[in-house]
Amino acid sequence: MKKGDWIWLAAVLGAAAVLFAIYMAYQGRGSAAVAVVTVDGEEFGVYPLDQDAQIWINGTNELVIRGHEADMVSADCPDQVCVNQKPASRNGETIVCLPNKVVVEIRGGQEAEVDQVAN
Amino acid sequence: MGEVQERRPEPEEGQGQGRGRGQEEAPGGGNGGRFHPAYFGMYLALALILSYVETLIPFYVGIPGVKLGLTNLVIVLMLYDRGASQALVLSCARVLLAGFLFGNLSSILYSMAGGVLSLLCMAGARRTGKFSVYGVSMVGGVTHNIGQILVAMAVVESVGIAFYLPVLLVSGVVTGALIGVAAAEVRKRLPRA
Ligand SMILES: [Zn+2]
Repeated sequence: MKKGDWIWLAAVLGAAAVLFAIYMAYQGRGSAAVAVVTVDGEEFGVYPLDQDAQIWINGTNELVIRGHEADMVSADCPDQVCVNQKPASRNGETIVCLPNKVVVEIRGGQEAEVDQVAN
Repeated sequence: MGEVQERRPEPEEGQGQGRGRGQEEAPGGGNGGRFHPAYFGMYLALALILSYVETLIPFYVGIPGVKLGLTNLVIVLMLYDRGASQALVLSCARVLLAGFLFGNLSSILYSMAGGVLSLLCMAGARRTGKFSVYGVSMVGGVTHNIGQILVAMAVVESVGIAFYLPVLLVSGVVTGALIGVAAAEVRKRLPRA
């Protein structure tokens, strides 16, 4: 290994560590909650809740992120259960579309509180 | 681990290593060796086999289309043996063929971005003379993943994917190092064709 090799190795690992620390800091602040979308067990994408977005999931489900909430606004599934679920915003909350095998899970950010159970 | 000889002293060509085959360096020298279609074809075949092997290895970091980059081994060997331009052609041909065989249009897009970016960076790193094969290969592994994540961010239109960057940086440097070791070992044993 030459000197350049070591410098590169150290630089990359350092950058990864710094980025990781930044992400962790964000998560700790609770503002970096993300909606993790999986289709049939495979991760489809990760979307931050603090950024409004409209996501077409495989052309079957339409997820909208608005006002720090993720909401399934339309789907081509027969039962429409996912569309009728309330918007998810807190850690651990999920929106599930069984027919299309789509799962939206919120990770990071504020913990879901007791009132959710009460509802 | 021994230092790998990576400068290619011209006189060494003349010694011929008793391999029998006459070897002419490309006129003008500099950027790589002559183009031998059969040799190139063999490398391409190797790269395609590795592409196939790669489809068999589960490596899922959450971004659809992101691959391990095993084929970088063949690209690194080609880069050292024949120079940047032939390695670039090999890389592009590999991406297109593997895409049609095992993938789809979006996987071609990902691989092309990763492949071209990593090749350019590896060629640049090699040219500085400050890196050994290991370093050049680590540069390739990391930039390969960066290229892919950039495309992923454009395709999914989400910056949130950058979330995976630390994982991809580390995995890139690790696969790069492994491939560098493999490339160095192969180069020790491979007579220069
Ligand atoms: Zn549904």
